[in-house]
Amino acid sequence: MDTIYQFFNENLLLIYLLIFTIILGFEVISKVPTVLHTPLMSGANAISGVVIIGAILLIRQAEPDDYLTLSLGFLGVVLGMVNVAGGFAVTDRMLEMFKKKKAKK
Amino acid sequence: MAIDFFINLAYLLGAVGFVWGLRLLSSPDTARRGNIYAGVGMGLAIIAALVAPLEGANNNYGWIIGGIAVGAVAGGISARRIQMTAMPQMVSIFNGLGGACAVVLAMVELVNMSNPTAGGIGIALLTLLIGGVAFTGSLLAFAKLQGLVWDSTITLPKHNIINMVLLVGTLVVGVLLYLQGAEMSLGLLLTFLGLTLVYGFSFVAPIGGADMPVVISLLNSFTGLSAAAAGLIYGNQLMLVGGILVGASGTILTVLMCEAMNRSLLNVLVGGFGGGGSSAAKGTGDQVAKEVTINDAAIQLYYSQSVMIVPGYGLAVAQAQKVCKEVDDLLEANGVDVKYAIHPVAGRMPGHMNVLLAEADVPYPKLLDLDDANDALPNTDIVVVVGANDVVNPSALDDPGSPIYGMPVLNVWEAKHVIVLKRSMSPGYAGIQNPLFFHDKNRMLFGDAKDSLGKVVSELKNL
Repeated sequence: MDTIYQFFNENLLLIYLLIFTIILGFEVISKVPTVLHTPLMSGANAISGVVIIGAILLIRQAEPDDYLTLSLGFLGVVLGMVNVAGGFAVTDRMLEMFKKKKAKK
Repeated sequence: MAIDFFINLAYLLGAVGFVWGLRLLSSPDTARRGNIYAGVGMGLAIIAALVAPLEGANNNYGWIIGGIAVGAVAGGISARRIQMTAMPQMVSIFNGLGGACAVVLAMVELVNMSNPTAGGIGIALLTLLIGGVAFTGSLLAFAKLQGLVWDSTITLPKHNIINMVLLVGTLVVGVLLYLQGAEMSLGLLLTFLGLTLVYGFSFVAPIGGADMPVVISLLNSFTGLSAAAAGLIYGNQLMLVGGILVGASGTILTVLMCEAMNRSLLNVLVGGFGGGGSSAAKGTGDQVAKEVTINDAAIQLYYSQSVMIVPGYGLAVAQAQKVCKEVDDLLEANGVDVKYAIHPVAGRMPGHMNVLLAEADVPYPKLLDLDDANDALPNTDIVVVVGANDVVNPSALDDPGSPIYGMPVLNVWEAKHVIVLKRSMSPGYAGIQNPLFFHDKNRMLFGDAKDSLGKVVSELKNL
């Protein structure tokens, strides 16, 4: 039990962040209308590409001759970046179509 | 110190960009701006990660810039080329890549053991598990949507039991690794990796067809959670915030999709749609569905007061959204009131039909949701069902033996007439017979939806 108490006390700020983000996420996203659910998914997809930051930090900390870590990190950056660039671009393409119609009306 | 301030500020602004961007997605008018805010937030965060001072960093910028360039080009090109009808596949594959990225990070962490505490190891194992399932699960979802594999060919007998055994086995190996701690054996770690990947495939294998929107939402949520867990590995708050937001979005959509089918998530995951349903085909064998000619259909539509179009996955497959809009325009020009009824699980992902119709320039106020559409249907002259099947199946209301019994559907038979556009009489993807086809008010218009609607357009022009 003591380890749990200790973990909680030491990581209090992180736990606050975690819980408030969950609440905020549910609040913000439950307001998204059905019409925009597909752009929401692809936009969220792009945001999940935030793992690229981990891959960048990984490569930066690797030894220059540690080719295994470097290659894996490279793979991570590529995967994350496809997600980020592709996700935001395709969401923008979709949302442009929604906007266009509004202007016409 | 100043540099630390700017790095932390950039991460903070990145998080604000994500939250604000998602908030602006609550209206079609501001949505595009929201996406840009989120994108700018991501850009700031990436720059911060590139320049943040790290102790003993070798930087290796060549590798990073190379990776970013390759990823940006690949992502950018596919985003530009993809057809709107193929959006579910696109979202699935991107989703899988995010999961794969988390898997890579977790594996490197577990091999290098840079943080050999109980908490650090536990989080890395969790990242590996969620990311691995999201990765292969999304790949299989992609393959299914792309029509590369069929559900029946990859579903084993007693698949639910196999899934359960796989899941328990995976978790047991995970716990063993956790207990081994910093001295974990590489062989066992690789076994764990293999098991998570196999489980990802196996858990999506029996789920198909109309249940696809649920699976895609769920996998989306997994990828988000794996990103959040990876954020804990690196002690990066932005990754945590971004991942949690995606996890929340995926979870909400999963719940909404399940509600729209009036089924529990567990039921979707273990329930293989269409497998059961003993009474599904009962008593429909000798009935004959009546047909309508293109000419008659066009005349009926032309002289009606109100028309409701019900799109489904077939609209996407036939790429019929634009010709659908042409029919709409010609009818509107003749004073016919044309609306669209969108069932929440029509298509293969949440909001799929809305995007297709937006591509065809249908104004979104013309799209009615399930409740509004059902209110309007009794006063509608003609319903045109384009490639939808299960969402207009009356068995859901009156046949307790049907696998879709209890699912809220569009009550199209309450309108005065119904025309169903369909390629043949074969039951839909879910394999469930639809009594609507034999209903007195219904007429079938056989053929490819795009083709048929194209002919209706030329008939309408001649009237």
